[in-house]
Amino acid sequence: MLKFLLRRMGVMLLTALCLTFIVFMLTNLPPNLEKLARTEASSRMSDADVARWLERNGHAQPFWKRYGEWLGAAPGWVHVEDGIATGRCFTGARPAEEVVEGRYCGILQGSWGWSTVFRSNVSAVMGQSLGATGVLMLWVMIVMVPSALLLGVFAGMREGSRTDRTLSTVAIVSTATPEYVSGVILIVLFGSATVGISPILYEWGWISGRTLFMGTSTSATDKITFWNFTLPVLTIALYGMGYIARMTRASMTEVMTAQYIRTARLKGVSFRNVVMKHALRNALIAPFTVIMLQFPWLLNGVVIVETLFNYKGFGWTLVEAASNNDIQLLLACSVVAVVVVLITQLISDVGYVFLNPRIRIS
Amino acid sequence: MEELGWGSIFARMAIQFMPVWIALAATFAVSIFWKRRLGLYGKLFDSTIGMIGFAIVMFWIFTALFAGMIVTHQPLAQVSGMRNALPGSPLPDPGGRYEYYLLGGDSLARDVFSRMVMGARRVLEIAPAATAFAFMVGITLGVPAGYFGGRLDTALSFVANLVLAFPVILLFYLLVTPEIVETGIPMYMAAVLFLFPVVFLCVLWNARFFTDPMRRNIYVGVTLLIGLWVYSGLAFNADPLGVWGMSPNLLNVFVAVVFVNAPTVFRIVRGLTMDLRARDYVAAGQTRGEGPWYIMLWEILPNARGPLIVDFCLRIGYTTILLGTLGFFGLGVSPESPDWGSTINDGRRFLSIYPHPAIVPAFALMSLVLGLNLLADGLREESLKD
Repeated sequence: MLKFLLRRMGVMLLTALCLTFIVFMLTNLPPNLEKLARTEASSRMSDADVARWLERNGHAQPFWKRYGEWLGAAPGWVHVEDGIATGRCFTGARPAEEVVEGRYCGILQGSWGWSTVFRSNVSAVMGQSLGATGVLMLWVMIVMVPSALLLGVFAGMREGSRTDRTLSTVAIVSTATPEYVSGVILIVLFGSATVGISPILYEWGWISGRTLFMGTSTSATDKITFWNFTLPVLTIALYGMGYIARMTRASMTEVMTAQYIRTARLKGVSFRNVVMKHALRNALIAPFTVIMLQFPWLLNGVVIVETLFNYKGFGWTLVEAASNNDIQLLLACSVVAVVVVLITQLISDVGYVFLNPRIRIS
Repeated sequence: MEELGWGSIFARMAIQFMPVWIALAATFAVSIFWKRRLGLYGKLFDSTIGMIGFAIVMFWIFTALFAGMIVTHQPLAQVSGMRNALPGSPLPDPGGRYEYYLLGGDSLARDVFSRMVMGARRVLEIAPAATAFAFMVGITLGVPAGYFGGRLDTALSFVANLVLAFPVILLFYLLVTPEIVETGIPMYMAAVLFLFPVVFLCVLWNARFFTDPMRRNIYVGVTLLIGLWVYSGLAFNADPLGVWGMSPNLLNVFVAVVFVNAPTVFRIVRGLTMDLRARDYVAAGQTRGEGPWYIMLWEILPNARGPLIVDFCLRIGYTTILLGTLGFFGLGVSPESPDWGSTINDGRRFLSIYPHPAIVPAFALMSLVLGLNLLADGLREESLKD
């Protein structure tokens, strides 16, 4: 087990290294750097000015050196011009004599760099946005997992019954509706003051506000309420729910045809007890893996939903960073995303082994 | 002129879709009549779910085919006074044009209905082709990886997992930008990815007919001739005859979608091959002295076709969702393209006041993906009955 874990960790590290390298390469392509220079300094710069700007900001060094600096395996750059120094390890310009050369400040030292979009430390921006997304994810999980499992178990309990057909259709419809479609539909249905059900409810006097739920979640960054947070949570949960429910249903139908279930039934155990005590525990092993592997998918959903509802979390930050070519922030985002993906893969593997005693690693 | 009610809007839309209804009826009549002779396709008509899915998918395919006859206005034409017009609004001054905006106008005063119909064409041009390319790449790499195992498998699996560990949207943001087009990266990726179908077909013919060099040479020769012709056009936009070609933006989107899909296909094919490799007929083939490529491509692959066909249907749906995602983030083919993702993106700004420009393509996209999912379900059910 320990050897397996160590091996997996090694592969994970290698993967993370490769991925950050690719992201670094793609964000540091010459046209991207030129665009960055023009957005940061002035859009009407001459090519020579662009080159000078790049040199002053440490982008003109050899590629490997820059990647090493970001990692913290090479000393950060210092550029001295007319006695004024700029450098990676400090913000702004300083007199050249105050600056110590050869300092390391990459992610290995815990320094994530400076975000050009938010004008702040990347670690501060990331901390805030990850916190916001964490809350969102928590609520998504609270809504999604129980409802998906219930849906799947009820559908799979009696295969081919009318309940099964109805619930399976619901699951298929929910997997066929990507977040940007269900989000739009939900906003129109519940979050609009002119169409959907909100005007009707308002007329009847059932709701005090103009809308049942709020169509944007900008205010949820400060204070989360039922009113401004329901729609984003629902949107993400709906898409993921169908898939988990279908997996649970498949696993449940398989378990329900197993020999030991028939034995239990023949022994005279009630159907209710068979489902609750015998079937459920075995049927929930497969969905566990699926739920864990669902996290990377939720990450996608988070990006879409946070953009749609303007909720300032991780996804929103990623989009801001990517559309403004904020290199350091984008790299931090990709590290977080990759780590989330890899860790969930690891947990799903390890958890599967723990849950299923029949599978042991040889 | 009066504004139309919902009843007459739907009636008028149904009339516009007339070619689609006729084609659908013809397809179903022919298929149901001959269903016992049509193999798996015919069996589809035994399952209600499969039939519903097939009908929805065919509806959109015919819509894409006959889009020119169905549209009521040009998808890019702007009519003054029709900005954000409600569904069923009459044109102020028709002058020979269709008198109504059946599903209203968008924020640039274009007809939502016509854009939705033209969007079907855009989506169905890209999604199935991109999925097919992803399958070619996945199969060409996945079958040997599963069959030979060892180092090759480890290396390829590592690369596949690498791509899969990327969040799709981050990858899109990095790969689908005007700056990337400047560097030529999409072209290099296309050069690699588009080579796979040609390689696959050549190996396929060679494995089967290498004992009959005459025939092998003809097949491989023809494949190379046509394949490289199309390849030069699609990947480098350098087709000497000018038949094949893609705009740099379209190529970029296409390549990104293929690149995202291929690793998943690779994993599926690899798993299937590893499973089938242990079968008796493979051992029999090996004892007969058949070459590894013959066994892989002519014995294992045909036996893996069931799950692959089902996954193909699902994956077209998934690709449609991906294309929509690209459009939603404004990374699509072109800003005024009528494809559904971009239209939803355009419409979401005034969503709570004028919902129709976003809701119409949203429902279109949802129904197509739903149809593909139902079709896949029906196919899976029927293929399991064998």
